[in-house]
Amino acid sequence: MLVVAAWISGILLGLATVLVIVRMMRGPSILERAIAMDVLLAIIIAALCVDMAVNHHTNHLAFVVVACVLGFIGSVTISRYVTDRRNS
Amino acid sequence: MWETIRDVATAICLVAGSLMSFAAALGMLRFPDLLSRMHAATKPQVLGLLLLLTAVALQTASWGTVPILVFAWLLQLVTAPVSAHMVSRAGYRTRHLKRETLERDELDAVVTAHSDRVD
Amino acid sequence: MRQATERERRVRHVKAVLRRRRRRFAVELPLIVGMTLLWGSMWIDFSAGNLIFGFLISLGIVSAFRLPPVHISGRFNLWQALRFVLWFLGDVLVASLQVFRLALFRGPRVRSAIIGVPLRSHDDLMVTLVAHTLTLIPGSVVVEVDRRSSTLYMHVLNVATDDDAESFRASARNTEARLIRVMGTRAQLDELKKEDA
Repeated sequence: MLVVAAWISGILLGLATVLVIVRMMRGPSILERAIAMDVLLAIIIAALCVDMAVNHHTNHLAFVVVACVLGFIGSVTISRYVTDRRNS
Repeated sequence: MWETIRDVATAICLVAGSLMSFAAALGMLRFPDLLSRMHAATKPQVLGLLLLLTAVALQTASWGTVPILVFAWLLQLVTAPVSAHMVSRAGYRTRHLKRETLERDELDAVVTAHSDRVD
Repeated sequence: MRQATERERRVRHVKAVLRRRRRRFAVELPLIVGMTLLWGSMWIDFSAGNLIFGFLISLGIVSAFRLPPVHISGRFNLWQALRFVLWFLGDVLVASLQVFRLALFRGPRVRSAIIGVPLRSHDDLMVTLVAHTLTLIPGSVVVEVDRRSSTLYMHVLNVATDDDAESFRASARNTEARLIRVMGTRAQLDELKKEDA
């Protein structure tokens, strides 16, 4: 039961990764790439959660918490440095 | 019996949570401009993480891990809107817009009126 | 005579400092308690020794890194808060499904708008909470905040007509009303009641 669910989740997450990487390559601006990175990190978190649930352990919990903060800091930092150059 | 119910609930949570990640990625790819893509990047993640953390809580089945799972979700809840706001604000300021996808823009008039003040 | 007034002034000064400290402590206490609980949950260990150590660390952090003052109304309605949380969870579910549906069927043809919503309240905490909630529930991402007139400018997905825009504005005001019922000030609540009547 759980193994089947893990396979389906794995396929969905793999497809999601491919789509996000396509957006990251195409993304017209750096902001698109930044949020694509954010979504990619969220997909990694999702994969870790699937692993924890299927294999009955909690080893990745600290990484889940840290990764949430990491994505936040990353996108905020990038958006701080993207400024309108025409006025300055 | 109890085990079966727990496993079925976990399986549903896992698949639905992964589906939400997939929805986010699909929206990122298919929506036409930066601001619409922000919607896709922000909203499904919150529900997806909630479902996946519920699955983890169901499988580990101990009360000790519940607070840290709740905290991880709350952290996502607090940080996701802030980063979405920061990115879309920077996007609007640097004119990463597609005017043709916007039905109306009430901010445009304000920004041009106070272009020296708004920072 | 001169000395007495000097001492009086000093006593008054010390009293004022103490009062300010006490008030600040009342604001910071929930923060310290939350950080202590976080420490316990990170270690998955809620024994007394661990919690006391976490309490000392959070006390140090709070006194080392000062936060800007926040005005708390002091009112908190538990029943309304519970209703708000349930409504919020339901709306998060709807939001995710809406984004999924639009991404699947509408895709590149989706139309949106940037809409300004003037809020009733002017304090920073309330505006922040409303903006947070609005970003997570269906349809909207906050793009810009005008602090002076406390107006939120939001990017709203899937808006085609003026009616859509007006109904969104109404739902955003409704979100603010829900938050005021949970933890707004007395005056805001009275204003809300007047509006309903």
